[in-house]
Amino acid sequence: MNLLTIQDLSVGYDSVAVVEGLNFSVDEGDYLCIVGENGSGKTTLMKTLLHLQEPLRGQILTGGGLKKNEIGYLPQQTIVQKDFPASVREIVLSGCQGRCGLRPFYNKEEKKLADKNMERMGITPLKNRCYRDLSGGQQQRVLLARALCATQKILLLDEPVSGLDPKVTSEMYSLIEGLNREGITIIMISHDIASSVRYASHILHIGDTVFYGTRDAYLKSDIGRFFLAQQKGGEA
Amino acid sequence: MFEKLGMYLQYPFVRYALIVGVLIALCSSLLGVTLVLKRFSFIGDGLSHVAFGAIAIASVLNLSNEMLLVLPITVVSAVILLRTGQNTRIKGDAAIAMISVGALGFGYLIMNIFSTSSNLSGDVCSTLFGSTSILTLSPKEVWLCVILSTIVLIIFILFYNKIFAVTFDENFARSAGTNAEGYNLLIAVVIAVIIVLAMNLVGSLLISALVIFPALSSMRLFHSFKTVTIFSAVLSVMCAFAGILISILAGTPVGSTIVAVDIAAFALCCIAGKIKG
Repeated sequence: MNLLTIQDLSVGYDSVAVVEGLNFSVDEGDYLCIVGENGSGKTTLMKTLLHLQEPLRGQILTGGGLKKNEIGYLPQQTIVQKDFPASVREIVLSGCQGRCGLRPFYNKEEKKLADKNMERMGITPLKNRCYRDLSGGQQQRVLLARALCATQKILLLDEPVSGLDPKVTSEMYSLIEGLNREGITIIMISHDIASSVRYASHILHIGDTVFYGTRDAYLKSDIGRFFLAQQKGGEA
Repeated sequence: MFEKLGMYLQYPFVRYALIVGVLIALCSSLLGVTLVLKRFSFIGDGLSHVAFGAIAIASVLNLSNEMLLVLPITVVSAVILLRTGQNTRIKGDAAIAMISVGALGFGYLIMNIFSTSSNLSGDVCSTLFGSTSILTLSPKEVWLCVILSTIVLIIFILFYNKIFAVTFDENFARSAGTNAEGYNLLIAVVIAVIIVLAMNLVGSLLISALVIFPALSSMRLFHSFKTVTIFSAVLSVMCAFAGILISILAGTPVGSTIVAVDIAAFALCCIAGKIKG
């Protein structure tokens, strides 16, 4: 089932396109990694997918009963959040905000949903702790639980492992893999190409050349091989 | 001392001052947490200078009710300031600095050129640092203050969860379909109303203290948004109450006494926070 269909999409700022003519679709249960060099327009594309900014051209169609605002978003952390006095539960509950509309307070179902998602992320024992006192990995789990409150179907993760140490990084990846197995569609922005090809089912590579296809096709493509070799070289 | 206090409390103007002071302290502390966290601490300062400019214009025009001019001008400036905070070349802090010093200079200039008052520097000083005006409130002004504070309080409670969501993570809130810009606008308007109200109490230069000190004190001690907000409201009310009483007994200026009490409370909270770990 097609959740998102992107047709001839161009994204950018102030009518200057960063990425042009994108065509791809995301099916239910997919694990799509969006890769590309810094400045290639990953973040701009993501903001457009979330309807935080208007596309310059083209369309984003939703299907399979997915509503426009039902994408669960895991943003990169902002400076504001670093010393924000808020308890874990308050933050997870705020993921239900989109369901409330103009209703001022959360109802019982939303509170239950928040509790359920905290359990799912294994952060129930932390629920009264202050967000700023948590470790980086714990904070990401909190934000992931919040994103899960906003969606049943699809998560959009913006560099979910940046700034985490290797052990926590692999924990995070297996957590995301687990969610994908449960049937949640994943779109992940990443510049960790090695992990992307390890976990993803599909790859969208943006930059000077655009590639979209399955992981296996990417590994065989020129751009995939080049990019993988380049990053390995860079790390060594 | 208590006899003296009891005697003062028999005067209606002292009771008015206490009612108004407590209400203003309550309202200004509520949004303090949001402002501090959104890095908008100085917006209160900027807006109060705008209000000063507006008062200058109102007094030159000889308006009988200054509020009618001051409130709309301040609200409009608040909206402009919050909008410029996001997507323009002039960044938030520069925009605030520009508008605030501009209004201050302009206000003083026209007061000087057109003023009919015999005590110009006295007028300016009392507008800037708060004056005895808190002790010369008419019942009508007290009612206006009560009504506006009630509205602010109701709006804050009704939109509490949305304000939290927008403060903590604006992009996430927007992606989930929350009208973040609308709520930012609401926050701006409410701040403007609070500033105009608070001018009576502490004057335009000291308003920021009323907005940020209770929030900062509370953030030393508490760990959830709800407890921080509640404690900062309670603390702010206590400080204002104590400040007004002290100023009456000691004959000190009301505004700066309240600010001094706020600072003392902040120091105590810092120490308590350190001990608590």
